[in-house]
Amino acid sequence: MLAEIEKYKKAELSSDIFWFKAAATNAFPENGGACVKYKDLQIAVFNFTRRGEWYACQNLCPHKMQMILSRGMIGSCENEPKVACPFHKKTFSLKDGKNLNGDECTITTYPVKVEDGFVFVGFDSHY
Amino acid sequence: MQKVIVIGNGMVGYKFCEKLMAADPDRRFKVTVFGEEPWPAYDRVHLSAYFSGSKAADLLMAPLSWYTDNGIDLRTKELIVQIDRAKKCVHSHLGNIMEYDYLVLATGSSAFVPQIAGVEKKGVFVYRTLEDLDAMKSFGKQVRSAAVLGGGLLGLEAAKAVMDMGLQTHVVEFASRLMPRQLDESGAGILQAKLEELGITIHLNKQTSAIKGNGKLAGLEFVDGNSLDVDMLVISAGIRSRDELGAGAGLETAPRGGFVVNEFLQTCDPSIFAIGEAASCAGMVYGLVAPGYEMAAQVVNQLTQQKAKPFMGFDMSTKLKLIGVEVASFGDALGELEPSRSIVYENKDKGIYKRINISSDGKRLLGGVLVGDSSTYNMLLQMVQNDMPLPPEPEDLILGARGDKGGSNGMGVENLPATAQVCSCENVTKADLCGSIQAGATEIGALKTCTKAGTGCGGCLPLINDLLMVELKSMGKVVKNVICEHFDYSRQELLDLVKIKGIRSYDSLLDEFGHGDGCETCKPLVASILASTWNELITKQDTIQDTNDRFLANIQKGGTYSVVPRIPGGEITPEKLIVIGQVAQKYGLYTKITGGQRIDLFGARVDHLPDIWEELINAGFESGHAYGKSLRTVKSCVGSTWCRYGVQDSVSFAIQVEERYRGLRSPHKLKGGVSGCTRECAEAQSKDFGIIATEKGWNLYVCGNGGSKPQQTILLANDLDTDTCLSYIDRFLMFYIKTAEPLNRTATWLNKMEGGIDYLRDVIVNDCLGIGAELEREMAFMIDTYACEWKEVVNNPELRAKFKHFVNVEEPDPQVAFGPMRGQKIPVGWAG
Ligand code: SRM
Ligand SMILES: Cc1cc2nc3c(=O)[nH]c(=O)nc-3n(C[C@H](O)[C@H](O)[C@H](O)COP(=O)(O)OP(=O)(O)OC[C@H]3O[C@@H](n4cnc5c(N)ncnc54)[C@H](O)[C@@H]3O)c2cc1C
Ligand code: SF4
Ligand code: FES
Repeated sequence: MLAEIEKYKKAELSSDIFWFKAAATNAFPENGGACVKYKDLQIAVFNFTRRGEWYACQNLCPHKMQMILSRGMIGSCENEPKVACPFHKKTFSLKDGKNLNGDECTITTYPVKVEDGFVFVGFDSHY
Repeated sequence: MQKVIVIGNGMVGYKFCEKLMAADPDRRFKVTVFGEEPWPAYDRVHLSAYFSGSKAADLLMAPLSWYTDNGIDLRTKELIVQIDRAKKCVHSHLGNIMEYDYLVLATGSSAFVPQIAGVEKKGVFVYRTLEDLDAMKSFGKQVRSAAVLGGGLLGLEAAKAVMDMGLQTHVVEFASRLMPRQLDESGAGILQAKLEELGITIHLNKQTSAIKGNGKLAGLEFVDGNSLDVDMLVISAGIRSRDELGAGAGLETAPRGGFVVNEFLQTCDPSIFAIGEAASCAGMVYGLVAPGYEMAAQVVNQLTQQKAKPFMGFDMSTKLKLIGVEVASFGDALGELEPSRSIVYENKDKGIYKRINISSDGKRLLGGVLVGDSSTYNMLLQMVQNDMPLPPEPEDLILGARGDKGGSNGMGVENLPATAQVCSCENVTKADLCGSIQAGATEIGALKTCTKAGTGCGGCLPLINDLLMVELKSMGKVVKNVICEHFDYSRQELLDLVKIKGIRSYDSLLDEFGHGDGCETCKPLVASILASTWNELITKQDTIQDTNDRFLANIQKGGTYSVVPRIPGGEITPEKLIVIGQVAQKYGLYTKITGGQRIDLFGARVDHLPDIWEELINAGFESGHAYGKSLRTVKSCVGSTWCRYGVQDSVSFAIQVEERYRGLRSPHKLKGGVSGCTRECAEAQSKDFGIIATEKGWNLYVCGNGGSKPQQTILLANDLDTDTCLSYIDRFLMFYIKTAEPLNRTATWLNKMEGGIDYLRDVIVNDCLGIGAELEREMAFMIDTYACEWKEVVNNPELRAKFKHFVNVEEPDPQVAFGPMRGQKIPVGWAG
């Protein structure tokens, strides 16, 4: 199971970026998220309409290893954008993946860009 | 496509556009907006922030791109000079002519400038637009003193602004006290003393006769012969609606200004509406944004063929911002509208004055004034607006509860022993929590971090919150029970706001009354409030729902969901049982009889949910709302139809009750029970409401609870006939929905209620507040508007499409895995 988490770290951007064309913008609900598949990864992508921002992170919640974060509620904590896991409401920063409840577990986040009505998520080109 | 032209891009004109866009997703209307000012609509209410460094862009209601994104043609710096009703078109000062099907006049108002000799002099300003502020700012740099003409709400705000510019500040008021429309003598006196402390000089009973100076202002002359030397003057003597387009177009205007409109905001021409400060409704111009927003909403409702409420006046309660002294007045502040008694608290030393006006029968709060401490404003305002219960000692409202009363019935958290385990996931006791609170973890987040309490299943969070409140209070700290960092309100206050302001979406509530982007605490809470108020399908705003409400099913380990069809009263035909069996078999679901007399099907994939429900609905099932904070089951025993002891037909009644309240959203889940005799096989006395048959009718019990802290119900009334019993439950549930804190079951709610069960009985049975009929009406609305959410989803391809795991490939979640157990399946356990 730890290997499962490691995969997401490995796909994090280090040198060359590969922009994966995930889906059309309207596949993602306003102020909510949806899950996309990239290779063997599950990525949660959030359309933070209220802030006019997009975020992506691993779909796997590290607390009890549940593939679920895309179905979590998003929001902010003192202006830090965050997602709350539906299972036990652990919250993670969408910017850097830090756990905002003071626990050790963190998640990996990925850059997102929107072009011509499509959402692209950036991964390390070697993954 | 219908053409709508909006004249005026102020706060209300903008709100109209925003609401129309939300109500018209198919863009059946083509909207053009003309605004005289150089920028798109901005937040005039917070204009003063412009002095303290906000930029014009920070104040914009929406960026320019918002208009283009929504297909709105916004033309700033373009003044409409003529309306041609015969040709249905408008003319702008640039010579442009444009046709309309509907015209909305949102021209607002300008500052009223009285006819005083010399008002045209250099150095005289009004306080209304960004341009006014720019002019004041640059002029203010060269001078040393300024006077504000008018000691009302706006005048004092302007006074604060000139004071912050470093000028010696005077306020000149015609009446014998400040804020004469909102405050009484004593309240105004306290306010005046406070302002004088801040260095503002106040001149009362002064009528200005002339403005002195040779081209440039030098001072004021008063009718009483005195004068005041100042370098600058800001006039804040009221507003005057901008209705100058009326005369040329033959639209009636009111003697004191404003386009005359009826209660549907229509002028005499049915295709022309007026809203905001431009409208005169029943002889009244409303100089606040909230009524303007309500007008905008009602015009949008009419254009989009939704039901419109007539606009019958609006509450003018206000709170002064900025000045450094808290001032608020609400409802009938001066006790002038009906006979009333007042209770007054005055502390000159501390600069606090509070007054509440109570109806002559002592039952209702009518209004009041708060100076120096307005912390209870929201709560009091809500009480007035909703005719809410007065506590037995109304003075507690302004003094706080004193002594050892407080109606504690011995069940509150304060009575838990120190060794009580509060969080069972992390094994944290009351003593642990109190220790941490005393050591400085005075905020729920910090408390969770250092004790870990509430970080597991979260079920104990409401209890932790209560404990925190009680503990902080006992440490002498002031606590306000706000729901999270995004809303400075309690659940009850938010519910009242939603109702009074007619708010139907989370986003608009956040825009108007909150800040930031929301979170997992306030989103579902507001979702529940909206559902309890408007009963609209919760799938309309799916991303503010907890995952269970978003996918209309309970999430399980591994990310699959459970399916619980409603089986009212536990009664089911063999045919329906067979269907459940077939569906479970077809989709491979684990099947179990629940503790609530129905059947739970576990392990459904998210993308299978609509298919499963389609089959169940075709067989006559409905959602069981096992996922919602709403009615679960009304448990029954067989009763008089079969049982040799039964004295009434408990199954029929249980079914009737369950169907009456199905789908009802509430602060926490609701359970009921009906037993056919005193042997009580349905365990009714452990439910939120329990009914036990007697020879003469039904005994009604309320506020029971199972769960980790079980509590017995208490008898509310006995030997009721069926109709009375139902109307008492209506009242009881509605009263609970309106006043309980989030995630408090009825038992917890009662435990915290001042006056306890006696008070509750007084409200429900004796109708001591006179709200019984209203509560029943509100419940009738809920019952009438019930619809099965799953039916809606099953029949709506767009909603159905939301039930899938990936949006870029048609595949189920590869991670979902099951193992075998006793001939069925179970999810593979938590890993890690
Ligand atoms: C399925 C069932 C257990 C069973 O196998 O029998 C069950 C299952 C769950 N219960 Fe329960 N409760 C079930 C009957 C009960 C009962 C017995 C009853 O209703 O007669 C109680 C005690 C009575 C009461 O509520 O007062 C009960 C008290 C709770 C509580 C504690 C409530 C409290 O006030 O303290 C929770 C936690 C909560 O709601 O916050 C809870 C929460 C849950 C949750 C929803 C936990 C969760 O969020 O996942 C479980 C969901 C399982 C699922 O996915 O469907 N369940 N739960 C029962 C479903 C009844 C139904 O048909 O709807
Ligand atoms: C300093 C200040 C503080 C305030 N504080 C509060 C407060 O705390 N609480 C509160 O509720 N209210 C407050 N108000 C009042 C509130 O701002 C107004 O009620 C609200 O702005 C009215 O909105 P409106 O759209 O009706 O009018 P406006 O905001 O005045 O907008 C009307 C717009 O129409 C334009 N216009 C007019 N005629 C034409 C035309 N012929 N062609 C094109 N454009 C035209 C105007 O230039 C203007 O931009 C405050 C006001 C001020 C000035
Ligand atoms: S008691 Fe209820 S909440 Fe606890 S494990 Fe059993 S079903 Fe789940
Ligand atoms: S699995 Fe995400 S918080 Fe527990």
